[in-house]
Amino acid sequence: MERLLIQGGRLVDPGQGVDDRLDILIEDGRVERIGKGLKAGRGGETVEAEGLIVAPGLIDMHVHLREPGQEYKETIESGTRAAAAGGFTAVACMPNTQPPNDSRPVTEAILKEANRHGYARVYPIGAISKGQKGERLAEVGEMVRAGVVAISDDGWPVMSPELMRSALLYAQHFGVPVIQHAEDLGLGADGVMHEGEWSARLGLPGLPGAAEDLMVARDILLLEQTGGRYHVAHLSTARSLELVREGKSRDLGLTCEVTPHHLLLTDREVADSDFSTQTKMKPPLRSESDRLALIAGLQDGTVDAIASDHAPHHADEKDVEFSAAPFGIVGLETTLALGLDRLVRADLVSLYRLVELLSTGPARALGIEGGRLAPGDVADVTLFDTEPRRMVSPKRFQSRSRNTPFLGWRLRGRPVATFLAGRRVELS
Amino acid sequence: MTELSWTRKDLLGIADLSAAEIQLLLDTAESFREVSLRPIKKVPTLRGRTVVNLFFEPSTRTRSSFEIAEKRLSADSLNFSSATSGLVKGESLVDTALNLQAMSPDLIVIRHGHPGVPHMLAKRVAAGVINAGDGAHEHPTQALLDAFTIRQHKGGFEGLKVSIVGDIEHSRVVRSNVLLLHKLGAEVTVAGPRTMMPVGVEALGARAVYSLREALEGADVVMMLRVQLERQSQAAFPSAREYFELFGLTQARLKAAKRDVILMHPGPMNRGIEIASDVADGRYSVILEQVANGVAVRMAVLYLLSGVHREAE
Repeated sequence: MERLLIQGGRLVDPGQGVDDRLDILIEDGRVERIGKGLKAGRGGETVEAEGLIVAPGLIDMHVHLREPGQEYKETIESGTRAAAAGGFTAVACMPNTQPPNDSRPVTEAILKEANRHGYARVYPIGAISKGQKGERLAEVGEMVRAGVVAISDDGWPVMSPELMRSALLYAQHFGVPVIQHAEDLGLGADGVMHEGEWSARLGLPGLPGAAEDLMVARDILLLEQTGGRYHVAHLSTARSLELVREGKSRDLGLTCEVTPHHLLLTDREVADSDFSTQTKMKPPLRSESDRLALIAGLQDGTVDAIASDHAPHHADEKDVEFSAAPFGIVGLETTLALGLDRLVRADLVSLYRLVELLSTGPARALGIEGGRLAPGDVADVTLFDTEPRRMVSPKRFQSRSRNTPFLGWRLRGRPVATFLAGRRVELS
Repeated sequence: MTELSWTRKDLLGIADLSAAEIQLLLDTAESFREVSLRPIKKVPTLRGRTVVNLFFEPSTRTRSSFEIAEKRLSADSLNFSSATSGLVKGESLVDTALNLQAMSPDLIVIRHGHPGVPHMLAKRVAAGVINAGDGAHEHPTQALLDAFTIRQHKGGFEGLKVSIVGDIEHSRVVRSNVLLLHKLGAEVTVAGPRTMMPVGVEALGARAVYSLREALEGADVVMMLRVQLERQSQAAFPSAREYFELFGLTQARLKAAKRDVILMHPGPMNRGIEIASDVADGRYSVILEQVANGVAVRMAVLYLLSGVHREAE
């Protein structure tokens, strides 16, 4: 029997409504007990967590691990190392690999590779459509049996309402949510930044917020008829958030995530950074009023999760003309520190709420275990320290890619350790 | 203002410039204007300096204007156009920049279809970079030559009513002009079909109106823009015929402007689409003066930017 005691820390666990100085005793990978003054017992190991926060393992429900196919950007190994370094015990990876994860063999290959390394749990998200082409449904049942926890054509929106309706209906057979990259490509598809004041100044083609709103609205209308579960990926506009808030008030199976960059940066950043391609992603950095609406969404509970949309790209790909650069930035190794410093320390949300957004919320949205450390639960744990100051330095990233707009930001708070089923994850 | 000296390495956009810097550029252009009127149109100012003209987009007017300005200043100039440049062969812009830098040019004049490319280049090379148009972003030397022409006719800018008409969204000329004229105290109006007006146009510092009549009313300066209907997205405008009907400038319509209005166009013109031929060639038109002034303004820009290098050495 393996025993581990995490002792003296502040347990913040929104999964069971706990925020208190409590010890956790873990036996054979599961939580045995939580309480005060617990003992590891003979042969047990003790981790001293005095002064640290102990949280259910953080889950990033939206990452791109790039393997198979684009290993020069990221691999399952480097991506899960980045997850562990960033305080995450689990990631859900999007299917837009090469080939896309649209069938059981690809799902199995991803899981096999993930298990070989064991830095973080990997929950593959399967494609909605074969080849992510937006035409025919992929073999969702086969993929779910192989381990897929949700379906999405992320990178591409599901444009056909017919296909989206089928996906929402069909996914219910397997109990998985449908995740949509909500963007109507029929409006402003050649855009490279948010359409507004700053695109007007910079002469860059705009991506209108309405393209996202249209898709969220359409999908909610479909969801009303189909039932099932629908999740908006990287929601970025005030209007889309309002649509989700309204839909939730009617108890639709509706959830959404927002990214740290949409919470902390705006379209102005493109100008202030002199066209830095690290400010180019989809959805684009939006207006200040959108940003403030997203923060209000964190506060009132409309937002279910913070997800990074970790999108590694090679430096050579990003070091080109703004219009020619690929969309996306990495996030696994900055999300927690950004949340601790710019959301919690800035008094925008409580520490408790941040843990909810990074752990309990995504676990619920995906319907996976985790997000709680009650007796019997799997002992995936994240320890972090809210005090130390550190500068974001991509050179130290475990990820293969360095594409971040947060370079040089001074942030207070950092992950200390992660545990998977009661075992400390070692990166060295 | 006379104490002000030019300290910038690059001319990337009007957005970066102060009113005093703009005036300095215009005053300097004034002194170069005379060179083009001499029988021997050459001064030794930039002898021994190398200027690279890097054009990733077709351009006749701007490129010839820069070339003539360079030659009249005795600079050695070299032309790269998109047909002969590395980009076509798949070389990245950064590599092109590094290769150019290795040849130690003093100045690089760049035209590119993507906004921000001159800014990117300026960070990579020691040479001064002059933006000769980056996508729909800026075209600072065009705005300077327009301002130079306006100043010749109107004396100054304070309270001057300037109306710019056409495809506002896709025009780099508009962005640079609005910024510049606004900084010098003019009241700028932009006009065009609603489908060609950028979302957030107010941020540019101009009043936006949607009828030609309103734009022309009481205007001191009218600037018509080239409208390329074939380049518009399918939804922007139905036909050239309808465009001319709504926004084409005719003699009769121009009567709404001030009696001493001047009419400008950055070229190339689409006669019969945004402007009727008799107006383009008529008594209010200063279109060819703009072209002539372009050389003087570009000589001033080349001269001021090269001076920075001389001091640095």
